Amino acid sequence: MTSLAAAPVEGTTGGLAPRLRRMATANPSTLPTVASVVIFVGMVIYGEVAYGRIVQFSTLSNLLINNAHLIVLAVALTFVIVTGGIDLSVGSVIAFSSVAGVMLANAGWHPALVIVVMIGAGAAFGLGSGILIRYFGVQPFIATLAMMFLGRGLASLLSTTPERLAEGSPIRALGAEWEIVDGPKVNDLVITPAVLIAAVVVAVAYFVLHRTRTGRTVYAIGGSENSALLMGLPVPRTKVLVYVISGSLAGLAAVLYTARLGTAQNITGIGWELDAIAAAVIGGTVLTGAYGYVLGSVIGALVLGLMNVLITRDGGIPPEATTIITGGILLAFVLLQRAVLARRRE
Amino acid sequence: MNASQTSWWRDLVHKPFFWGIVAIVALLALNVIKDPGYLAISINPANGNLVGNLIDILRYAAPIMMIAIGMSLVIATGGIDLSVGSLMAVAGATSMQFLSETGDPSSVGSALTAVGLSLAIAGALGAVNGVLVAYVGLQPFIATLVLMLAGRGIAKVITGGQNTSASNDPFRWIANGYVLGIPVIFLLAVAIVLVVAWVVRRSALGLMIEAIGINPRASRMAGIRPKGLLLTAYILSGVLAGIAGLMSVGSVMTVDISRTGNQLELDAILAVVIGGASLAGGKFSLAGAFVGALMIATLDKTVLFLGISSSATPAFKAIVIVVLCLLQSSRVRGWFRRRRTPAAPAPRVEIVKEEVAA
Repeated sequence: MTSLAAAPVEGTTGGLAPRLRRMATANPSTLPTVASVVIFVGMVIYGEVAYGRIVQFSTLSNLLINNAHLIVLAVALTFVIVTGGIDLSVGSVIAFSSVAGVMLANAGWHPALVIVVMIGAGAAFGLGSGILIRYFGVQPFIATLAMMFLGRGLASLLSTTPERLAEGSPIRALGAEWEIVDGPKVNDLVITPAVLIAAVVVAVAYFVLHRTRTGRTVYAIGGSENSALLMGLPVPRTKVLVYVISGSLAGLAAVLYTARLGTAQNITGIGWELDAIAAAVIGGTVLTGAYGYVLGSVIGALVLGLMNVLITRDGGIPPEATTIITGGILLAFVLLQRAVLARRRE
Repeated sequence: MNASQTSWWRDLVHKPFFWGIVAIVALLALNVIKDPGYLAISINPANGNLVGNLIDILRYAAPIMMIAIGMSLVIATGGIDLSVGSLMAVAGATSMQFLSETGDPSSVGSALTAVGLSLAIAGALGAVNGVLVAYVGLQPFIATLVLMLAGRGIAKVITGGQNTSASNDPFRWIANGYVLGIPVIFLLAVAIVLVVAWVVRRSALGLMIEAIGINPRASRMAGIRPKGLLLTAYILSGVLAGIAGLMSVGSVMTVDISRTGNQLELDAILAVVIGGASLAGGKFSLAGAFVGALMIATLDKTVLFLGISSSATPAFKAIVIVVLCLLQSSRVRGWFRRRRTPAAPAPRVEIVKEEVAA
């Protein structure tokens, strides 16, 4: 399953390159996706040459382990953005869901039930914004901004101090590292159940968005909501559904993140909206909707993750500058998309 | 006399911000129930300054007023500025860093330089938003979202990741001083609101901004060039956010890069909506934004007074904004209209729409 997420790294040397070139020439809107693959490969090569120890099992498996939640969020945002909407609430949903989950787990609830509640809480936030957007005509960014503040406020009501998951809690098992290949020294191929879950999410999302009627409806709404309505597609239902999907996946990301870290806090996830939006946009999802690829968003998430690795390795760039760089990359890709779409229209 | 009084009352009820005033009164009443002496204002015998909870609310409302009127103009053009909170942090960080490096605690000159420098940087960042929206044609919320999240990074880079504090008496006076017993910060805020209102309403600027928001195509046909106006609105919003940032760091003379102006975007949007403006753009009311800012300050102080953690206030504001958005939506308005006049033609239109939607 993980080969799905890592495929572009290995595949660019093989048969994928001509296919990518064909995709790029046939449809100019795939250019950002191709660009992101090129950037990812370029970053790997640059990192390997400049700092070394990038193309090795431990670095690459850590990249996946540390960004499993971001991959899930990027997939969530892909659904919403393809309809032409936006979800700014994912970061605070993670804060609320993880604080609530850790408190319930420590109160002695069954771990499976806790996980269901965490995902359900996310779904509830998504349902809230979906209803506001669909039935009351609120602009998506206002509705989800309200949910963003609601989630952050409710998380702060629950607790303002870091909540620690008990050492023996079965939820931590999701973050346990399984050694697959025992390399020399610490260079092992390691995987966690969380990474597998993220891979399953990517596979299911790929299937739903690219191979089902619901997925086609999502694209149709992004293309033109009125045309989709006139074609008899279930627009209202799908519009609410994408926000529920996004909220539930944010809840799932909270599970994965909490399992890895073992703590939850009301300030967890500040600014992750930007990371998730940036990942989707870097991967070729167009912010005005109708264009986007699940696998592209995964690459986008890995580009951001690798950027963090390189910044840490470099040591010369202050960590405060990370958000500026992320914002700059996001801006560059949005501008690239505009240029591409403008040329298409001519 | 009686007739003029009722018409005055009717005018007030029909003002868009009437419900904001009602909310302020209700919140104050809640506080009075908890502590009957809440509204008391006394004069500090030592220096003749007014002291009291109401004065605290006015001081607290000043920065919110600044970002709220900036946001009014931006929303009126049909846009949004999500970066105001981060720009407050940038302006605060710039002024504190400058003052801590010059290190002369009584110099008026360095205080003025700090103010000028901070406002210039905030205005320049506002101009970045404006260029992206007006000339590049990005969606406003995306253009400003980048700065909302990257702005805090910029503030961190300016102070080197620390919460810089400085001492400068003239600068401190802006936020903590009194003139004739009234806080300077509030007088300053009122003065700026009046100046902006005068400029916008006494020239065609306000009219043209509203025209862009109501119908960009029609306004272009009428000969209004939207680009320069949009740029002006975003620069003004940036500068006003900078002033708000100076006000909020001035009271403690420390910039907390992660908390100065944190989540104040919502306060500004909320103030504008409470003031009766539509988020879809068009008509704006600076008086409404003024009342909205006062209402938010009252809400914040009430939540604190009732003993709830201040980091939980966003939840209450989110609920208020959701309710206001619901009241603005045509569907809820349709429900009310139907209840009031069951035979009016309006509900029929509503039903036809729903059939299409279903």
